Amino acid sequence: MTSRGEPADFDSVVVSDVSRHFGRRRAVSHVTFAARGGSILGLLGPNGAGKSTMLAMLATLLRPTSGVIRFDSMDAHADGGSLRARIGILGHDLFLYPELTAHENLAFFAGLYGREDPDRAAARGLEHAGLAERAHEPVNSFSRGMRQRVALERALIHAPRLALLDEPFTGLDDPSAAALVGRLRMLRDSGGIVIVATHDLEIAEGLFDEAVFLREGRVVTTLGRPEQLRATYRDVMGRR
Amino acid sequence: MFARAVWLILRKDLTVEFRSGEIAYTTLFFAVSCILMFAFALVREGKAPEDGAAGLLWIAIAFAGTLALGRTFERERQSETLRALLMAPTARPAVYVGKLLGIVALLVCVEVLLVPLVAVLFDARRLLAHPFWLLGILAGGTIGFAAVGTLFAAMLIRARTRDVLLPVLLYPVIVPVMIAGVRGTATLLQPEFDGAVAMFWLALLGTFDVVFVTLALWTFEAVMTD
Repeated sequence: MTSRGEPADFDSVVVSDVSRHFGRRRAVSHVTFAARGGSILGLLGPNGAGKSTMLAMLATLLRPTSGVIRFDSMDAHADGGSLRARIGILGHDLFLYPELTAHENLAFFAGLYGREDPDRAAARGLEHAGLAERAHEPVNSFSRGMRQRVALERALIHAPRLALLDEPFTGLDDPSAAALVGRLRMLRDSGGIVIVATHDLEIAEGLFDEAVFLREGRVVTTLGRPEQLRATYRDVMGRR
Repeated sequence: MFARAVWLILRKDLTVEFRSGEIAYTTLFFAVSCILMFAFALVREGKAPEDGAAGLLWIAIAFAGTLALGRTFERERQSETLRALLMAPTARPAVYVGKLLGIVALLVCVEVLLVPLVAVLFDARRLLAHPFWLLGILAGGTIGFAAVGTLFAAMLIRARTRDVLLPVLLYPVIVPVMIAGVRGTATLLQPEFDGAVAMFWLALLGTFDVVFVTLALWTFEAVMTD
């Protein structure tokens, strides 16, 4: 076990027979898959398939009701504090303070993640997002797409080992979506683990190295060959 | 790292509040309205009920504080920023302490306005005759109230009926703090000030503060998991 606050390093995430119940409702049921460094894994499935719950458990924000999530030899529950220092999450909600400027938002989170120079980290993030010239405007004056780009940089401000993204293409126009795809590939090429939950195959196609298809909380199929993605997706979505 | 995280969260809360003014204006307006209504109802021909000022001051602080607690956490819920705070690798009690200090700062602003108002409207100028005792009692009561309130407001952030549940859960627990605050403040209103009695209530408030803050720090991590 590593101590809290000391960033933990890992090269793989293994989800073993994980279930999560909310009262009597079963959001995720006996899910097993693995993601390794230098790859982008897609969690695909319709609304309510359990993708967001799975991401929350990977982020150590939710405990599985049963089963284990391991980051190399570390346990998501026991080592949560130090693991969180190396996990970045972009949720369906953007986790930004609308009254603060884009720079203030990023600098705040950079500070919380212990970056030595939060202002510099924020400025770099805004350059990546292509929003350097609007750094000192409040986030509530931004369009949805611009906020999404700031939120992505917030999730990546501490150079995480594992990036978890929930429907990251929502509200993005084509150039912004292309920029996001480029940013995710950059992360993968630097050895990071990227897990993207989405139901939007149009944009995600060609991005994933592996894909896990979920339906009603269960793994329907796992795919290691991205060229079969479309056919499998159609098949899974068409099932009753 | 703990102190840094506390400072960052406090500074962020104060910046957001400074820009929006949402909580400060509503709590101040509510607290002043509350005192004015009590004054219209209870002050007859310039004579206020004996020792009434102490109770009314703490009622206004508790009600305004409840309003502030609810709104502070509602703000973190709206953009799900609480999740982002909990994801940070900092100790979770640092989030609690940062939020607690933000609430205390807001309540101090309310009290700066309320105390002179109560002193004037309820003919309780003796309140201001012992400023250090008054500061001590107000600080002790405010910290005790905010310590429990911050924990409960954080606990209830996902509850649909949080606005109803917060006062229902909070008020029974803070009864000892309120009693000590009211009795301590009433001591300051006596014609013959008794330092020993004031010290007793102040010490009691200090004890409650230590107990409540310790319990909250101890339980916050568990309360915020899942």
